[in-house]
Amino acid sequence: MKITVDAEKCEGHSRCYSLAPELVDVDDYGNAFVLNEGQVPEGMEERAQLIVDNCPEFAIEIHEG
Amino acid sequence: MADTERCPVENIATDYDIFDPDYITDPVPAWSEIREGQCPIAHTERWGGSWLPTRYEDVQALAKMVPELSSAGPGPIVVNVPEEFRRPEREGYNAAAPISADPPEQTWTRKALLPHFTPKAIAPQRTYTETLCHELIDGFIDHGTCDGAVNYAQQIPPRVIAHKLGVDAGMVDEFVVWVRGVLEIGLTQPEFRLKYSDMIHNFFAVEVAKRRQNPQDDLITALCNTEIDGQMLPDQVVVGMCNLQLVAGIDTTWSSIGSALWHFATHEEDRRRMAATDHDDPLWDSAIEELLRAYSAVTMARTVMEPVEISGASLQTGDKVLMNFPGANHDPEVFENPDQVILDRQRNRHIAFGAGIHRCAGSNLARMEMEVALKTWFNRIPEFTLANPDEVTWAGGQVRGPRIMALNFG
Repeated sequence: MKITVDAEKCEGHSRCYSLAPELVDVDDYGNAFVLNEGQVPEGMEERAQLIVDNCPEFAIEIHEG
Repeated sequence: MADTERCPVENIATDYDIFDPDYITDPVPAWSEIREGQCPIAHTERWGGSWLPTRYEDVQALAKMVPELSSAGPGPIVVNVPEEFRRPEREGYNAAAPISADPPEQTWTRKALLPHFTPKAIAPQRTYTETLCHELIDGFIDHGTCDGAVNYAQQIPPRVIAHKLGVDAGMVDEFVVWVRGVLEIGLTQPEFRLKYSDMIHNFFAVEVAKRRQNPQDDLITALCNTEIDGQMLPDQVVVGMCNLQLVAGIDTTWSSIGSALWHFATHEEDRRRMAATDHDDPLWDSAIEELLRAYSAVTMARTVMEPVEISGASLQTGDKVLMNFPGANHDPEVFENPDQVILDRQRNRHIAFGAGIHRCAGSNLARMEMEVALKTWFNRIPEFTLANPDEVTWAGGQVRGPRIMALNFG
C-alpha cells in the first residue's frame, strides 16, 4: 500500500501529521509530504485510511498494489 | 444597523437573522431547515444583506472560489459596515493580512506567518499554556465554583497570544475588551467596532515602532524582519498582522474552549468518559476534533467579485457571502448523525478552521490550547455541572461561544 499527498490541494491543516507522524511530515508552512516514498508499513494500513478520512482538503490518496 | 426592535423571522430562506437570540443559542435547527428547503443557500436583507450556504459541498466550493470571491475590502466581516464607520485605508492588505487579503498579498503575508504556527513552532507555547491553566485553576478550585467562560476559557488565549507576540501580559484585560468590541458588540453597533479597532491599531503601531528600534525575540520582531522580494513588509501591514493575532486568536479559541466545557458540563456520560481517559489516549484527539466540528466557533465572509451560480443561488457582484463553516460541519451528507457529539468519530473532515488558501493560520496553536485547557481542567476538576443553566449566555454572529457560564465542581 502507498499513499500520496497532492501538494496542490494540501493547505497545511496538519491533521495527517497529528494522526500519523510515521507516514507524513510537514514543512515550514504546515504542508504535508509523505515519508518513505509513501510506502505504508505493514500494520499501518488503518492509520493510512484514517489520515485519508480526516483531511479537510481531500488531498491524501491510497494506492493499493 | 441601529439596534431597533427585532422583526420576527417569517421565512428563514429569505430572511434569516444571525443575531436572532434563538439562532445564537442554537443555530443547528436553522441550518437544517435551510439545507432541506428549496434552496440550500439562504438569503437575507438583514444587516446589510448576505447569503448563507448550509451544505458542506457548497461551503467547500465557495472557499476555493478565488478570485471570484474576495476577502479584501469589507470581506471577512459578517455584516456590512456602513460607510461612515469604515476606514478604507485600513482595509484589505493593511487590515489583518492574510485573512483580509487576496493573492498576491495574501500569499506572501501567509508565507511570512505560517512558519511561526507549525506544530513544532508552537511547542514553547505548550509549556507556557500548561503552567497558565494550572495557575488559573489554583485561583478558583477551592471555591468549588467558577465561571468557566469568564474565569477560565477567556483567560487562556489572550495570554498565550501576548506571550507569542512578546507584549506585556498586563494588557490581557484590555485585549479582551478590544476584541469583544470589534467582533461582538461592534457587529451590531459599528461605532464601537471602529473605536476598538482604532485602539488595537494604535497599540500595535507603537509596538512595531519599538521593535524597529529595539528588536526582540518575539513574533512582532519576526514580522518586522520579513522580506518579500527584497523589500521589508510596510509597517502598516505588520500592524495589521499583529491585529490579526488578536482578532483571530483570542475569542475564537476561548469560544471553542468554553463550548467544550459547556458540552461536558451538560453531558454526564461524555464528561465521565473523558475524566477516565489517559492523556495519551487517541480518544483525546478525536474528541477535540469532534467538539471543534459540533461547536464550530467561526463564520467568515467574502465579497462577490463576479457573478457566481451555485446550488440554485445567483450571487451578484458586491454581495456578501457568509462562509458558514459551522453549518457545513452539520451536513448529514458528510457527517453521520451530524447533530450528535460522538467523541470517537473516526471520519471527520470538518472545516472548523476553514478550507482553501484562508485555512486558519493559527489552527495548530488553537488545537494545542484547547487540548491543554481541557486536559488540565479534567485533571483538576473531573466532575462539574452548570450552576445556573438558564443564565448561560452565548455570543454569535462571527464567533459563537458561551460568555457567561457558572460551573459547580464535584
